[in-house]
Amino acid sequence: MRNFEIGGAPHMSQQITVARVMLQVLLALVPGILAYTWFFGPGILIQILLATGFALLFESLMLRFRGQPLKPFINDYSAVLTAVLFALCIPPLAPWWISCIAMLFAIVFAKHLYGGLGQNVFNPAMVGYIVVLISFPQAMTAWLPPLALAEYGMGLFDSLVVIFTGHLPASLSWDTITQATPLDTLKTGVESGRMVSEIRQSPLFGEFGGKGWEWIANWFALGGLYLLYKRVISWQVPLAVIGSVVLLSLPFWMADPDGNPFPMQHVFSGALVLAAFFIATDPVSGCVSNRGRLIFGAGVGIITLVIRRWGGYPDGVAFAVLLMNMAAPLIDRYTRPRMYGE
Amino acid sequence: MNYADPVEAARDAGKRTHHFHGGLKLKHNKHISCLVPVKRPPLPEFLVVPLLQHAGDVAEPFVKAGDHVLKGQQIGLCEPCAAIHAPTSGTVEAIENRLMTHSSGMTGPCVVIRPDGKDQWVELKPITDVLNTSSDSLINQLQECGIAGLGGAVFPTHTKTLDGRERQIHTLILNGSECEPYISCDEMLMREQPEKIVLGARILRRALGAEQVVIAIEDQMGAVQEALTYAAECAECTSILVVKVTKIYPEGGERQLIKVLTGLEVPAGGRPSDLGLVCQNVATAAAVADAVLEGKPLIERYITVTGNGILHPRNFLALIGTPFSHLVEACGGYTEDVARLVVGGPMMGYPVSSDSTPVVKASNCILALTQKDITTPQAEMPCIRCGECSRACPASLLPQQLHLQIRNSMWDEAQEYGLLACIECGCCDFVCPSHIPLVQWFRYGKGQLRQRAIETQATDIARERFEAREARLLRKKQERAEKMARRKQMLKDKVAHKTTANKPDGKEADA
Repeated sequence: MRNFEIGGAPHMSQQITVARVMLQVLLALVPGILAYTWFFGPGILIQILLATGFALLFESLMLRFRGQPLKPFINDYSAVLTAVLFALCIPPLAPWWISCIAMLFAIVFAKHLYGGLGQNVFNPAMVGYIVVLISFPQAMTAWLPPLALAEYGMGLFDSLVVIFTGHLPASLSWDTITQATPLDTLKTGVESGRMVSEIRQSPLFGEFGGKGWEWIANWFALGGLYLLYKRVISWQVPLAVIGSVVLLSLPFWMADPDGNPFPMQHVFSGALVLAAFFIATDPVSGCVSNRGRLIFGAGVGIITLVIRRWGGYPDGVAFAVLLMNMAAPLIDRYTRPRMYGE
Repeated sequence: MNYADPVEAARDAGKRTHHFHGGLKLKHNKHISCLVPVKRPPLPEFLVVPLLQHAGDVAEPFVKAGDHVLKGQQIGLCEPCAAIHAPTSGTVEAIENRLMTHSSGMTGPCVVIRPDGKDQWVELKPITDVLNTSSDSLINQLQECGIAGLGGAVFPTHTKTLDGRERQIHTLILNGSECEPYISCDEMLMREQPEKIVLGARILRRALGAEQVVIAIEDQMGAVQEALTYAAECAECTSILVVKVTKIYPEGGERQLIKVLTGLEVPAGGRPSDLGLVCQNVATAAAVADAVLEGKPLIERYITVTGNGILHPRNFLALIGTPFSHLVEACGGYTEDVARLVVGGPMMGYPVSSDSTPVVKASNCILALTQKDITTPQAEMPCIRCGECSRACPASLLPQQLHLQIRNSMWDEAQEYGLLACIECGCCDFVCPSHIPLVQWFRYGKGQLRQRAIETQATDIARERFEAREARLLRKKQERAEKMARRKQMLKDKVAHKTTANKPDGKEADA
């Protein structure tokens, strides 16, 4: 006769963990980050490290304040993911304190004050981004032109100096190196009555979207496909985001091709692809049912287009995601899937 | 679900297979216990036969300590449950409370028998001429022989058959899709005794008045399909269809199997008989054949003893009442790193605190797991709403929402989101990257819902009683008032009468 400890069924489990899910998402971001570095220089890598450092700092402080164990939550990579997604949204030479303030809002306010991992209503990375975008518009719009135009030879060291001191190498000035983003150029151009085809003559534009941007978007999409293949994200959200943007911009473009960019340009501009695969797919602040995810994604796409076309900002993905985060619980309520036998 | 006539549509059961939502492809690990033929273990020193083995009440024992019993002798019965029999001949040592085969470690009344080694049968009463026997006698024989569902629910077979006959079911489904990993007792039975299963199927079909039988087996069971089909052909039975279904856990669940075979869903809160179907386990069919054709009661069953914690896993044909430890010994014992003993499979089986508990009609598998098997890769983390659980849920529920609702005691919402439709298969729990013990939460939540239903009922009754009392008091008050009024009236009348009686003619006083 022998005695045994008891424990609840099921008596086995998959070897998957929260940390592994987050790591897979981070891994899927790598191609896009490399492309980003290629086109816009090493500044982005510094921003990622900075944001990650601040995110982990605030995460540990908040865990300490909340009396939570540090190790499992620091090791879950959720704060790192927030930081990386945020860093991918800001200009690569933005000053260091931008990351600090954004992560303060992302981690402390959007995440931990709502109850920490899994409890946040809003996407923390987007909250951080929106706070600094609204508060420091000048720093947040100092974008560089992509590779082919950037012949200033800013290396890693120069980027570090710029980010931490704000001083450019002697031969350069902010006015010469920063340029409006393609979306910005398009918006102001159309508003001043120029034709889209004319605006697109600018060297800022590539085949679809902005030069460089479209390739970064491609690589992000590739990472997104990897996540779909690994079933880390479901297909509903990216399909709905991109699908709704294409479907909604199509009639405008067909009616007036001079006043409206063609659908693929919308898709490959700004942060849309990144958002479709990596930001709107955040499960915590998104919808749970498949139908709900379709509605959520379509909402993100539609609001983005509306802001791009009629709003005050050249890109509206971040606002769209936060607005849909608000709607998610309501959507969930009305999209409960049919149960077996119901 | 809207079908023109689901009962008619269900007649096509097994003609083509369908999918059900969710489920998991699990590593089945069945081969480790299928390598050697099934054998009977040596007689143990004592047999412990619990008096509570079926859904229902504890059976009333017919024997007392010191009695000599024969193999197959009825030792307990509780109407309308199935009977309980002595698994071998010997002496009743005691009738006392022993540890039950239950995870709570509760005890229950058991008949302890010391075998005399003779294995002497009681006189059996087989039904030889099945074709000329009424359904009632067949069903009665099943009750006498203590036949119960051997798939795990141990619902008495005679009750289910009676109910099925009353509801005019047309198709009997024999469930041979043993979807839990490790368990192989049904597969071994189908390999070794296909003709007995076919006989049992025909008897059950007759008792039920059903038209056809569909036997569902898993696609990885090799030659089992051929064996069963051949057995059916030999019996010249054309109404038996053997269907291979793709192995996805938990398709052996009654509702999932029905979906796979018919494409239809059993209505929520309903039963398979709503679709004209009744499900039985293949082992139950074999037991039915034994009971009717040989008169043998249910005193032994196929049981798998397996897992990484067992030295030489295998299947046994074990007597009811055999202590687990005896079977484990017959397998060469435990390995050193054994950590948990489970009755049933790794997904839905329940753990027992001691291997002294006996084999009962419900035990299909003894699974010894090692520490490595049961260790989760991390401690519980908060839910990140990734949705893996709802993707895996065979009942199409949203486990992540239910979990939150239960944690926050939102009982109305939990009920609305179908907590009671949860079949506790463990799929959500298995895939959860946060390793939240979802099934345990759901069991707790279901308990709370049931409790609430009872309380609501109690308050309803109390309220009705209160209202009835109020009404009665009011009525009495009114009656009393009326009575008073009448009496007053009478008095008044009398007074008036007297005054008139005092009048000279006095006519009314006579009246």
